[in-house]
Amino acid sequence: MATNLPASANAQGGIGTAPVPHTEHDEHLHEHDEHHDQHWMWKYVFSQDHKMIARQFLITGMFWAIVGGTLSSLFRLQLGWPEATLDWLQPLLGKWIDGGKLSKEFYLALVTMHGTIMVFFVLTAGLSGTFSNFLIPLQVGARDMASGFMNMLSYWFFFLSSIIMFVSLFLETGPAAAGWTIYPPLSALPQAIPGSGMGMTLWLVSMVFFIVSQLLGGVNYVTTVINLRTRGLSMSKLPLTIWAFFLTAILGILSFPVLLSAALLLVFDRSFGTSFFLSDIYIAGQALHNQGGSPVLFQHLFWFLGHPEVYIVIMPAMGMVSEILATNARKPIFGYRAMIGSLIGISLLSFVVWAHHMFVTGMNPFLGSVFMFLTLIIAVPSGVKVFNWLATLWRGNIRFTAAMLFAIGFVSLFISGGLTGIILGNATLDIQMHNTYFVVAHFHLVMGSSAFFGLFAGVYHWFPKMFGRMMDEKLGYIHFWLTFIGVYLVFMPMHYVGIAGFPRRYYSWTGFDAFSQFADLNKFISAAAILAFFAQFIFIFNFFYSIFRGRRATQNPWNSTTLEWTTPIVPGHGNWPGEIPAVYRWPYDYSKPGSETDFIPQNVPYSQTASSNLPYEREIED
Amino acid sequence: MNTSELLVEKEEGLGLHPKRLVLILLIFSIIMMFAAFTSGYIVRRDEGNWREFDLPLSLLFNTIAIALSSAAMQWAYYSAKHNEVKRTQLGLLLTLGLGIVFLFGQVHSWSDLVAGRTFFGGADANPSGSFVYVLMGVHAFHLITGLIFVAVVLKRSLNYQVHSRAMLSIGNASIYWHFLGGLWLYLYLFLLLNH
Repeated sequence: MATNLPASANAQGGIGTAPVPHTEHDEHLHEHDEHHDQHWMWKYVFSQDHKMIARQFLITGMFWAIVGGTLSSLFRLQLGWPEATLDWLQPLLGKWIDGGKLSKEFYLALVTMHGTIMVFFVLTAGLSGTFSNFLIPLQVGARDMASGFMNMLSYWFFFLSSIIMFVSLFLETGPAAAGWTIYPPLSALPQAIPGSGMGMTLWLVSMVFFIVSQLLGGVNYVTTVINLRTRGLSMSKLPLTIWAFFLTAILGILSFPVLLSAALLLVFDRSFGTSFFLSDIYIAGQALHNQGGSPVLFQHLFWFLGHPEVYIVIMPAMGMVSEILATNARKPIFGYRAMIGSLIGISLLSFVVWAHHMFVTGMNPFLGSVFMFLTLIIAVPSGVKVFNWLATLWRGNIRFTAAMLFAIGFVSLFISGGLTGIILGNATLDIQMHNTYFVVAHFHLVMGSSAFFGLFAGVYHWFPKMFGRMMDEKLGYIHFWLTFIGVYLVFMPMHYVGIAGFPRRYYSWTGFDAFSQFADLNKFISAAAILAFFAQFIFIFNFFYSIFRGRRATQNPWNSTTLEWTTPIVPGHGNWPGEIPAVYRWPYDYSKPGSETDFIPQNVPYSQTASSNLPYEREIED
Repeated sequence: MNTSELLVEKEEGLGLHPKRLVLILLIFSIIMMFAAFTSGYIVRRDEGNWREFDLPLSLLFNTIAIALSSAAMQWAYYSAKHNEVKRTQLGLLLTLGLGIVFLFGQVHSWSDLVAGRTFFGGADANPSGSFVYVLMGVHAFHLITGLIFVAVVLKRSLNYQVHSRAMLSIGNASIYWHFLGGLWLYLYLFLLLNH
């Protein structure tokens, strides 16, 4: 059955594999397929098909996004209405409602877990896990990842890490509460806060598995991009999505091991009596034996991962947005090579700016100015990207699909959030703004909301390829406008709150007269945040409804040029029923002058498009 | 890699087999981990409150053992290239044996360290000594994964699956093993120069 399966069977989601030239391979394949046919377990649960693994990452990521969003709604209730009684939350939170109030310890746990979940579980695993897995083999023309087995392990390590983190939410002493950056000594001493007990232990264990998952995934992505590109698909013809996923994976391979080192040393400090990060501590009337440790060392190690991590979050979104903007503006992406160059520039710079998170640790001002200088240089490649996105839209024949709206929204949020990055990158200004809501507003716009918009754009755009059906456009518009307006209503006022000096992670400000003037604004932010959160259920409904009831997709619904749209509507394991198409041109031949259609797929040779070929292309007609 | 996929039909990559590339990428991630530890060590030392310690002489013998095991690995590799199956197996066995000697040697060196009052944790410990244990321990963990890898190749060799036309597994194992040996050499020199 391996070789003679008709294409239609593949379109129904059957397990199709390509004809292969060698019989010895054929036999292997046959065994492989039987395996898949017989056990649903291997098809839907322990699948090694990159498309199934991508869907697993996506749905797990969506689950985590709901959890993370719920947590933020809870603490926004506290911040917006500090005097209100929250007894009605007792059924959900139990003893964490203490005398009609949110318990203070639990508030810290809420912000910690919101950050951890959103940064790692949603925007790292959920975003790049989903789309790297889904798009890399499809867009480079490969039957699967370099190692399907490692890819499967990558998901299940993520799953294990998710379970452990989820369990920690229900501990007697609560989950980790030292902030998502888990700075010691707070995180290292169980007697410091309840959250530094078992909750912190589970946090660290969960993150170790998470890092393993990221490494297994990352080496796979890089290997697939380097080794499994189809004939003709040189690195300079790759879609920008693949460039972004490729560089993201490299960042992960180089930065996550450093977090592992930091986590390991913290585990030793917590459980084995070492003093890497602890020194001269007097707590609860007792002097600790720990001598000679340095908490600032932890910050260095953490931010050496932490800063590349924000690019791990944003670069896949950048890649997808570039692709979606070009497709829906019916124009080639402006400055293709500059886009690749700026991605590489951002990747390199991401490793040499980490100490801008630490301007107030008492570092040598000269060192601070070096990091400030390097940080501000990032504005250059970021500016190149923004310029190119806007120039791509300029005089385009824009089709406002839901994905396109989210892609444009991404550019808007990235600009708004990026501008305050220039302010915070300056050491002198940062010392004033450090740990205020200005910082919170900045990174929620530039990496939090932007990456979410990239994620939404990606889901709306590639949903037809993932599930063979279209998502509802009208619900998509409603979702977009509520989210877009909601995000700005939340984070714009937050800048003012931050400039006024409101520190982040405070349970309430009612004790300070100076802060009473902004109580209304905080109420406003909370209301907007909770409304924007509820708007996401429109998306959740649209997503699950469309999987089963959506309009059936055509093979290439967006008239796009990249290879994934040359597969059957629902590709089977192996992606192409026949031979893998070869690639002849770059992925952005939209509205090419002289062409009969307004797009020319990558697998169309120049010999078939004589009317639109440019002089140098005529020479290589093949 | 999907079984129906043939590398000859692909755009040329770096000229490396996917499995070898995966290995090299993993090696880079291990390098980053130790770069974090050793740069943390230097940063921490320069902040003061740093207790000097003596490295036990036994570490030198361990270093010799692991250097010999690398030589044995290389001998096994060359024998496999020339289809000398018995010598390949002997070489791999020697590699395994010397690797295990190294591991036990490291554990022995830990007791030497304790005897020299350099502790991992507790009231008498200083980060300087703790770092030595962490560097040795994390390296030993990776060495165990290397031993498993070598054992797998040995098993393949016993099934006559390692020869001049099937050099990928033994090639990868030798890269990984030499890397682990080189990593230890780096750590040993680092500690000699910076204790």
